Amino acid sequence: MRAEPVLGFFSVGMIAVLAGPVLAGLIGVLLPAFGHFPQAGLTGPTFQPFRDLFDWPGIGPSIRLSVTTGLIATLASLILSLVIVATTQGTRGFAAVQAMLAPLLSVPHAAAAFSLAFLIAPSGFVARALSPWATGWDRPPDVLIVGDPQGFALVAGLVIKEVPFLLLMILAALPQVRPSQTLLSAAALGYGRVSAWFFCVFPNIYRQIRLPIYAVLAFSMSVVDVALILGPTTPSSLSVNIVRWMSDPDISLRTRAAAGAVVQLGLVLSVVAAWWLAERLCAVIGRQVGPSGRRHGWAERIWPIGAFAGMALVVTGVTGAGVLGLWSVAGFWGFPDVLPDGVSLRGWRRHASDLGKALSDTVVIAFLATAAALVLVVSALQSDRPKSARWLVYLPLIIPQTVFLPGLQTLLIGANADRGIGPVIAAHLIFVLPYVYLTLVDPWRAWDSRYASVGAALGRSPMAVLFTLRLPMLLRPVLTAVAVGTAVSVGQYLPTLLIGGGRVSTLTTEALALASGGDRQAIAVFAIMQTLAALAPFAIALGLPALVWRNRRGLSNG
Amino acid sequence: MAEGLSLRNLVVRKGAEELVRIDAHVAAGSVLTLMGPSGAGKSSLLSAIIGALPSGLTSDGEVWLNSKNITGLAPERRRIGLLFQDDLLFPHMSVAGNLAFGLAAGGSRTERAAKIAEALEQVGLAGFGDRDPATLSGGQRARVALMRTLLSQPRALLLDEPFSRLDSGLKDQTRQLVFGLIRSKGLPTVLVTHDPQDAKAAGGTVIDLGQK
Repeated sequence: MRAEPVLGFFSVGMIAVLAGPVLAGLIGVLLPAFGHFPQAGLTGPTFQPFRDLFDWPGIGPSIRLSVTTGLIATLASLILSLVIVATTQGTRGFAAVQAMLAPLLSVPHAAAAFSLAFLIAPSGFVARALSPWATGWDRPPDVLIVGDPQGFALVAGLVIKEVPFLLLMILAALPQVRPSQTLLSAAALGYGRVSAWFFCVFPNIYRQIRLPIYAVLAFSMSVVDVALILGPTTPSSLSVNIVRWMSDPDISLRTRAAAGAVVQLGLVLSVVAAWWLAERLCAVIGRQVGPSGRRHGWAERIWPIGAFAGMALVVTGVTGAGVLGLWSVAGFWGFPDVLPDGVSLRGWRRHASDLGKALSDTVVIAFLATAAALVLVVSALQSDRPKSARWLVYLPLIIPQTVFLPGLQTLLIGANADRGIGPVIAAHLIFVLPYVYLTLVDPWRAWDSRYASVGAALGRSPMAVLFTLRLPMLLRPVLTAVAVGTAVSVGQYLPTLLIGGGRVSTLTTEALALASGGDRQAIAVFAIMQTLAALAPFAIALGLPALVWRNRRGLSNG
Repeated sequence: MAEGLSLRNLVVRKGAEELVRIDAHVAAGSVLTLMGPSGAGKSSLLSAIIGALPSGLTSDGEVWLNSKNITGLAPERRRIGLLFQDDLLFPHMSVAGNLAFGLAAGGSRTERAAKIAEALEQVGLAGFGDRDPATLSGGQRARVALMRTLLSQPRALLLDEPFSRLDSGLKDQTRQLVFGLIRSKGLPTVLVTHDPQDAKAAGGTVIDLGQK
């Protein structure tokens, strides 16, 4: 009763931040897609933009590429993360993977993509390590590994980032399913851990990771930054082209971009629908296979795959980061030398002023977007009603950025409000908010609400209980949510590029601007800085509570 | 029936279903014991008395404390103390910090420190102020929780199975301490329990909520 009007307002605020821009962006993209674009002197409705889009020679291959890379990346990520959990859960390897999750997750997509490129390119670290003694190469081979026409490099780059995300979602869902007891009782019936996991644990987990999977699917089909770094250019995937047309000085290309965005939305919705149908089918098949009584002992033999996949992920991440770091300080580094001739800080000095400018904008945007997200999320959680919020927070993650951000940009330009850093911060908030919510919601609900009753019985108002009891006791999850929010903001590319109209530059937009050039040292410097900006908050989130509560044993695991 | 806690036709409902109904007066310094199986609505009733019903539950009737109708007041303004089976000491504060949180505002820093030291001494925990609550034994924590509540100068007390987590030797000792303090401070008290021994030690009226 008390104080609810105010807090209700914040719940409304959260809904407004999540659904408002998506809906506005959809309107802003539908109008020009059907030829209504007053800024270019066009009034609709007409199908001309769609005709124009389908007359563009690259349309077929770019649609095919979006669908295949998105589907393969999602399937591969899902299978790998399931196998990793099923085979290693409860073992020491699992703890190792778990410990690496937060840092792997926080590494921005662009930095991960660059580090993969630096590893697997014909002149990359792997080729150097094997040359010339194993390969016979004394110059980089002339093969297209990064940017291959089938998009395998793109898929690999996506998998590296999506597996940690899905692992985290699976881990969050696990405790409610009580896997140890389930596995034990299945073992007593003669099922090995892998088949027991897939028959008894997985179906219950899947229900809870369905929305994250749809988000991964939508993201993988429409990703821009990773595709710019690792994806093919002959032609690029549909989303990359949408962004290219949106950024073109020729304003008439905007209607084609809008039509492309509508097609992109249709693609994502169809593929998600198809995935949903496939889920039903698998469930039916699963029910047929389950009671057959066969124990599927062969399944136990896949455990090395899980262990290997987990290891490969960690090794790729760590080596990739190492190679990036090495490039940022490398002197002359000719092929096929495994190590550079010398080490110097010249690259860092050369970019110092650009780095400083981009870093300060990155930090300001990330800080303000995360602070706003935290206020909205805490207020909404405090009002304790948003049961339907789970679907809602996935809205900006399932509707692709390339679908509604161009529309938002068009609307902002129309309203003459596309100026300065403010709109960029607001655009980051749309994507920071869901992650802050998802990180905080479970610890928040797990807090024993009897502490609030005790506080009230001791004469404290709900606000005082919030600030003197609940937030201090939840310091660790709150800081983790802040770290996740900051990492998400640091990694954002499209909101900064499209909403900032090219006038706001962060570490991510700077790094991507360098992607098409060949200056490896510059790329490495910006990608390392970007990674550090995303990782630093995690270090604080781990270290600060340990410091503040060093004499409080009751909070050491909270 | 002026002084004390009056529950006048207090009803707690879940939707249309009536969970529990009570009409009783608890005189100053005496204990009303509510017994009954789990799910009889005992804890919901306590929540209704302090005015913090979980969402989904509604209540009817009135709560009067010392001739004042407090039904419409927010929980923090009712001045009703609350003790659970878990001590619920705030893990991020020291023992003294927990007591200071309970202690009514006012007084200089030294006066407040003196009151807290005195309260600790009263329950045999002199010098424990700087300790981390997590390092105390169960019995010690229960005593800190009790003093935290009493320092807030409540006008009535609600006890939700407060002794059920203590082992048997400690139970007797803690019961004597709690009921002794209730009598000496003249607090009207509602006790919810499964344990007939608690009811016996409390010595007041017993209502069995299981029998309708």
